[in-house]
Amino acid sequence: MLSRTADNLFWMARHIERAENIARVLDVAHRTSLLPRDVEGTEAYLWYAPLNITGCASGYEEKHGLARADAVTHYMALDPDNPSSIYSCLKLARENARTARSAITSEMWEIINATWLELNRLSNQMDNEKYANFFDWVKDRSHLFRGVTLGTIIKDIALSFIKLGTFLERADNTARLLDVKYHILLTEKENVGSSADYYQWGSLLKSVSAFEAYRKIYRDVISPLRVAELLILRDDMPRSLHACMNEVEAALIEINGSAGKEARRSAGELHAALHFGRIEDIFEEGLHEYLTHFLGQTYSLSQNIRDAYLARQDRFETLPIRSAVQTQQQT
Amino acid sequence: MNRNATKYFNELYETNGEIRDIYQHYQHWQSNLSNGTLERKSAEAELLFRRLGITFAVYGESSGSERLIPFDIVPRIFSGSEWRKLELGIKQRVRALNAFLHDIYHDKDIIKAGVISEKQVLGNALYRPEMIGVDLPNHVYAHIAGIDLVRVAENDFFVLEDNLRTPSGVSYMLENRNTMMRLFPELFASHAVEPVEHYPQMLLDTLRESAPANVSNPTIVVMTPGSYNSAYFEHAFLASQMGVELVEGQDLFVHQQKVYMHTTEGPQQVHVIYRRVDDDFLDPLVFRPDSTLGVPGLLDAYYSGNVSLTNGVGTGVADDKSTYFYVPEMIKFYLGETPLLSNVPTWRLSEKDDLKYALAHLPELVVKEVQGSGGYGMLVGPTSSKAEIEAYKQRILKDPANFIAQPTLALSTCPTLVESGVAPRHVDLRPFVLSGKDIRLVAGGLTRVALSEGSLVVNSSQGGGTKDTWVLED
Repeated sequence: MLSRTADNLFWMARHIERAENIARVLDVAHRTSLLPRDVEGTEAYLWYAPLNITGCASGYEEKHGLARADAVTHYMALDPDNPSSIYSCLKLARENARTARSAITSEMWEIINATWLELNRLSNQMDNEKYANFFDWVKDRSHLFRGVTLGTIIKDIALSFIKLGTFLERADNTARLLDVKYHILLTEKENVGSSADYYQWGSLLKSVSAFEAYRKIYRDVISPLRVAELLILRDDMPRSLHACMNEVEAALIEINGSAGKEARRSAGELHAALHFGRIEDIFEEGLHEYLTHFLGQTYSLSQNIRDAYLARQDRFETLPIRSAVQTQQQT
Repeated sequence: MNRNATKYFNELYETNGEIRDIYQHYQHWQSNLSNGTLERKSAEAELLFRRLGITFAVYGESSGSERLIPFDIVPRIFSGSEWRKLELGIKQRVRALNAFLHDIYHDKDIIKAGVISEKQVLGNALYRPEMIGVDLPNHVYAHIAGIDLVRVAENDFFVLEDNLRTPSGVSYMLENRNTMMRLFPELFASHAVEPVEHYPQMLLDTLRESAPANVSNPTIVVMTPGSYNSAYFEHAFLASQMGVELVEGQDLFVHQQKVYMHTTEGPQQVHVIYRRVDDDFLDPLVFRPDSTLGVPGLLDAYYSGNVSLTNGVGTGVADDKSTYFYVPEMIKFYLGETPLLSNVPTWRLSEKDDLKYALAHLPELVVKEVQGSGGYGMLVGPTSSKAEIEAYKQRILKDPANFIAQPTLALSTCPTLVESGVAPRHVDLRPFVLSGKDIRLVAGGLTRVALSEGSLVVNSSQGGGTKDTWVLED
């Protein structure tokens, strides 16, 4: 496959997944903000979390200053100036899809293109109810895209690069989400076991569609240790780090390119650590330290993938022997 | 009847006002539609096109802006026997044009025979001396040609121009048919319309046949200037229909006169490039050094015979509007045949008498730049103001040899859905001709229609639309 095409497929998938994740983060922030203020703390305090998770706090502050519900939501959902807003992600996904148009199916292209066209028909000003509908719509479009992809594309390396993008982005997002919540939650010692604590862990689980799964598996009160275990180590949770790395490693094995040795090795290492890891050890190391380390590793894995497949700029240093013979015969 | 009906050939009617045979069935169907059906279907078609992203960027507008080419849902209909005659004439013309291109880069017999002057050929800015002596597979230069035809009477067709560089529009021909079949399945059940859907397969066959001689299983790619090009949709569409990679210049590199593309598995050699990039931008080492769209060393690989470019380099000299004048002569010279399709009478303003005549008759003539395309920079005398004509006259006087003049043709009209209902609008026809070992084309082509009343300019860049073109099996 053309290297640039693989690059566009990878980023198309990442951008769609990212749009979905931002919608999830904002959705939860909105729900939480509807709680009585004394339970939740100040508005600015609450609304920094989504900015931090997506790494766009500094861009926001430059434009708007203090975090306010409506400004943060607009900045992260619809602002074209924010390169990681939902709007920008869906725009970039469409650019990627358009550039890789000949490598995706018509149905996939139509979903992405129709999403973009619908997005542009939406009003730029929304109230809370409209935003709630908007976040649902973004998630729906992302689900639809994945379904259409699996239902229409041939199972070759094009699909593998799409999966690679999807699950690396998802792993990255789940790790960031856990990290920020950890920060907020565990620094407020007095809140442990309080209703605020319950709501915050609950909304964290909801943001990754894991609230019901938690209930089903643990049938018990929500505890940080178990939430972390569920979202890091359990491979039956679709958005856990373990589940994501299962998919990443599988995709890399399917692609199996000659230059992908280092990428395969580091994905295998990450996967093995999750496979055999124990939550007690992770808490011993410190959840924040663990997640920071994990994010560093997925970043360097992305770089390895990029070097091996997505940005090939080979030049022949020496002439391959067989071509040399052919050239001589021709001249 | 409006005045157009008497002045122009209306493809719907006989001269006595009866519906022509081939339209009878369609017309009967249309007259039984309930009010507003065509309008509703037309809106549906627009939605389909937008969803599919079949868009067109117009140069000079803000970058990234995307427009739809208006699609008209009333089909244009030819009979099988009408088409068969046209087809013979088109193939004959393309065969002669390829023979001409081979000749002027080899023995130059046509110049030696005095049919066409040395200055006309070698002095042409689009003549590529680098191509002298380069042997191309099948001696074909213009693998994909678009021959623009206009109709002025029941049996009178003229060739308006030959497009031998990178003719575009074929994706519209295919998508128009696709859309019509989706909107009006019942029409296709009651009409035996010759298919066009196999065009991509024919194109792939043609590209395979055009591979360098020693390559049995060639790697074929479509090369695009990039996703901001006006015809990008078409480039991606054709690559995907043929199942080949869509590359940009940055994806290719040349090593030891061979062309490779960067793949996830390292370099892979490429044998045939269906390039939709103009000559000037192909290779910064040979043509424009500022081109970032091209591949350094590509032309060297091409001249060495290790890669085929379709279309070949240097075809522009044959679709130049001043060379156009000689095509009937080429047909006689190379094929020993009588031209089946006529040229539009043409005044070459490089000639003193022609210039004199043209300047005296500008209000009734169409004047074009010899190397222009897309309807840019032309003068349509009858629809221009005095001031516009005067300004254009000054342009001509600066460099008369850069212009040709033709009578304003009475382009035929076809029924077209416009705001006031179905009304006659002027049309032309661009069939797409594929030359490899054989010459192939699908029945019909792209019908372009000038949507404003009375307008004779059908180019999409000038607000023209397109129609599905039907050839009915006899």
